[in-house]
Amino acid sequence: MPTARSWRAYPQTYRLEAARCSKCGKAFFPPRLVCNKCNGRQFEHFDMKRTGKVVTHTIIRTPSDEFSGQAPFALGIIQMDDGPRLTSQIVDVPLEDVRIGMPVKLEFRRVSSEGEAGAIQYGHKAVPARD
Amino acid sequence: MRDVAVIGVGMQKWGELWERSTRDIFVESALLAMDDAGVNSLGAMYIGSMTPGLFTSQEHLGSVMADYLGQKNIPSARVESACASGGLAFRMAFMDVASGMHDVVLAGGIEKMTDIGGGDATHALATAADMQWEGVQGVTFPGLYAMMAVAHMNKYGTTREQLAAVAVKNHHNGTMNPRAQFRMEVTVEGVINSTKVADPLNILDCSPITDGAAAVILVPADMVKKFKKPGVKVIGSGHATDTIALHDREDLTTLSAVTEAAEQAYKMSEKDAKDIDLAEVHDCFTIAEIIVSESLGLFERGKGGPAVEAGETSLGGRIPINASGGLKSKGHPVGATGVAQIVELTEQLRGEAGDRQVSGARVGLAQNMGGSGGSSLVHILEVM
Ligand SMILES: [Zn+2]
Repeated sequence: MPTARSWRAYPQTYRLEAARCSKCGKAFFPPRLVCNKCNGRQFEHFDMKRTGKVVTHTIIRTPSDEFSGQAPFALGIIQMDDGPRLTSQIVDVPLEDVRIGMPVKLEFRRVSSEGEAGAIQYGHKAVPARD
Repeated sequence: MRDVAVIGVGMQKWGELWERSTRDIFVESALLAMDDAGVNSLGAMYIGSMTPGLFTSQEHLGSVMADYLGQKNIPSARVESACASGGLAFRMAFMDVASGMHDVVLAGGIEKMTDIGGGDATHALATAADMQWEGVQGVTFPGLYAMMAVAHMNKYGTTREQLAAVAVKNHHNGTMNPRAQFRMEVTVEGVINSTKVADPLNILDCSPITDGAAAVILVPADMVKKFKKPGVKVIGSGHATDTIALHDREDLTTLSAVTEAAEQAYKMSEKDAKDIDLAEVHDCFTIAEIIVSESLGLFERGKGGPAVEAGETSLGGRIPINASGGLKSKGHPVGATGVAQIVELTEQLRGEAGDRQVSGARVGLAQNMGGSGGSSLVHILEVM
């Protein structure tokens, strides 16, 4: 991801900044300008709690070139306790032990190296959490 | 709106066409379609292509292809909706003729995917996902469909063997299609034991990387008698979108863009799922065919897997799906796929499909899909 795009994503990436629709209460990560449920345009921003559960998952064994050094890795969709869902790698757990419903929390880790440009990209990864 | 018919189709064998240029691959199929219809000049042209820039460093295909097809100065546009670009090109051509703007319009599709390496191709295809919030985590398309498969298996008890049965059926159909890329039989065991890609999907659950093109000619239905071949009427067209990121969907076991597009097409055609004699659907992965068959209303939710296993979607079954071999066996040059589905339906409805002919077919449905279901097109064609 080019550097300008990374910079723009920093508030969301580092603080897990989300937004809750003032009209209907639906929460979004990342924040949006228009609610896709009620078309509301007013939001309250908040920092998401870092905890959630695995909704579905896979093990990526054939990655794109950018992630070739990391495969195989577990990937899942996480239902965050504050409402939004997001996609995340799931680490610090044996690949085959990831399960639907497994409690996780998000931590900040190195996600990928940019390749030729050399910039290292950081982002969230999910790790197992105790109930 | 005017009624619209398909009057000519063209497609050559798909595969790894290293010795052929993108423009030659397209022009050859376009000329076959024009010759099939018996036309030399076009009013307009729409070309589905997902990302010729990333695959071949050439954009502006509208101009390239009109130029090389000898159609000087005609309006010609490339349209894009990821892997549904071909279906979108067909819909644009349909709307163009229906509106009365032009009488003879070509809908084509092209993708040349093998000029770059496998990792680069995986990246090019991944741009159809949400690059900022899925791509950054290392998501691949097999990975997205694998996550749908895990959710579907968890909710409905769909089995690994049922996924494999889709590949077995489509490869069998593909052995009867001279234009298919991989004309070989596979077995359930062979699929399950092939190289792992994204659990639970193996390489034989995935559609291949392919070079290929397809083209069809559309005209007003009341002009059909002027042409060489019998026309096939386009009686329904639907187009819908869904969230770009898979994770933003409440239900991961269905595809709402498919359902919405199908409802539009059923309504326009005054047909229902039970009226469909055969369907060409977007089996980019085995699980996709199962979920799509449910989302189209051909089967109840959760019954798509058992239906494949029971042979209901095989040739000779209640509703044959992907008689052509599907994306799985025929190949998946992403921008061309949606147009190739129309080629197959037209040949089936004309009774020209040879060994894989669905006997007595009168109404056919084509479903094309972009990304993880972020867009879908559905068309219904009927014998005139
Ligand atoms: Zn709202």
